[in-house]
Amino acid sequence: MPYGFVYEFLFYLFGLIAVASAAIFVTRRNAVAAALWLVNVMFCLSALFIMMDAQFVGAIQVLVYAGAIMVVFLFVVMLLNLGLPPSAADIKGKGARILALLAGLAMLAEILVVARQQLPAELPWMPRGTSITVPITEPLFRTYLLPFEITSVLLLVAIVGAVVLAKRRS
Amino acid sequence: MVPEALFFSAILFVIGVVGVLTRRNAIIIFMCVELMLNAVNLSLVGFSRLYWTGGQVFVIFVMSVAAAEAAVGLAIIIAIFRHHETVDLKNINLLKG
Repeated sequence: MPYGFVYEFLFYLFGLIAVASAAIFVTRRNAVAAALWLVNVMFCLSALFIMMDAQFVGAIQVLVYAGAIMVVFLFVVMLLNLGLPPSAADIKGKGARILALLAGLAMLAEILVVARQQLPAELPWMPRGTSITVPITEPLFRTYLLPFEITSVLLLVAIVGAVVLAKRRS
Repeated sequence: MVPEALFFSAILFVIGVVGVLTRRNAIIIFMCVELMLNAVNLSLVGFSRLYWTGGQVFVIFVMSVAAAEAAVGLAIIIAIFRHHETVDLKNINLLKG
């Protein structure tokens, strides 16, 4: 399937910005700065989702991930007052870093070897004018209805658990 | 562009793994786990371009599980902070012999 030059350029651009932001994110000592770089990664991933014909998922990525989950993280960072003094010993020593590098390279090699097999041809783009939610809600409410209902129970359990854990014992 | 998306997804996942292995701040380790979930979401959306849109349904599930996990995990971190006055994993070694 042919892609236009602009499409490929923007795809690589957003992908590279995402990877670069992630690399900056893991090396920041300040937790607030790290969280904001992670938000940048999520915005770039949202752009990639939209370019891969998953517009609804892209919108949800911005609303839920960048808008809700990361705000909760920032809230906790500021509640615990961790943003101000960047602790010197946050990143582990040389041995752990070399070990992590080796583990990362091994995992990357493994994934790339697995990814070398032949992929099937891409599906055609959604025709213009079709709803963007129907291709997701159709399997969500038919094939995966039971997991969807279980998710609601999971969220309820998580809310109750969070309240119980965070409550002060008096 | 699906192979490229899978390539970016692999790199982001590995960056998340390296972050989990090298950082000591519990909140940043948590954010690295979120980065790994995001990388998997990217490959799921890529595969939904090849097969059918069920992959995007899994992305929705991953997001709701991530929200639940963030709520519970951050509550645990707050409880640990009340007890130890730190989120540095070096000082949280109750199970160390």
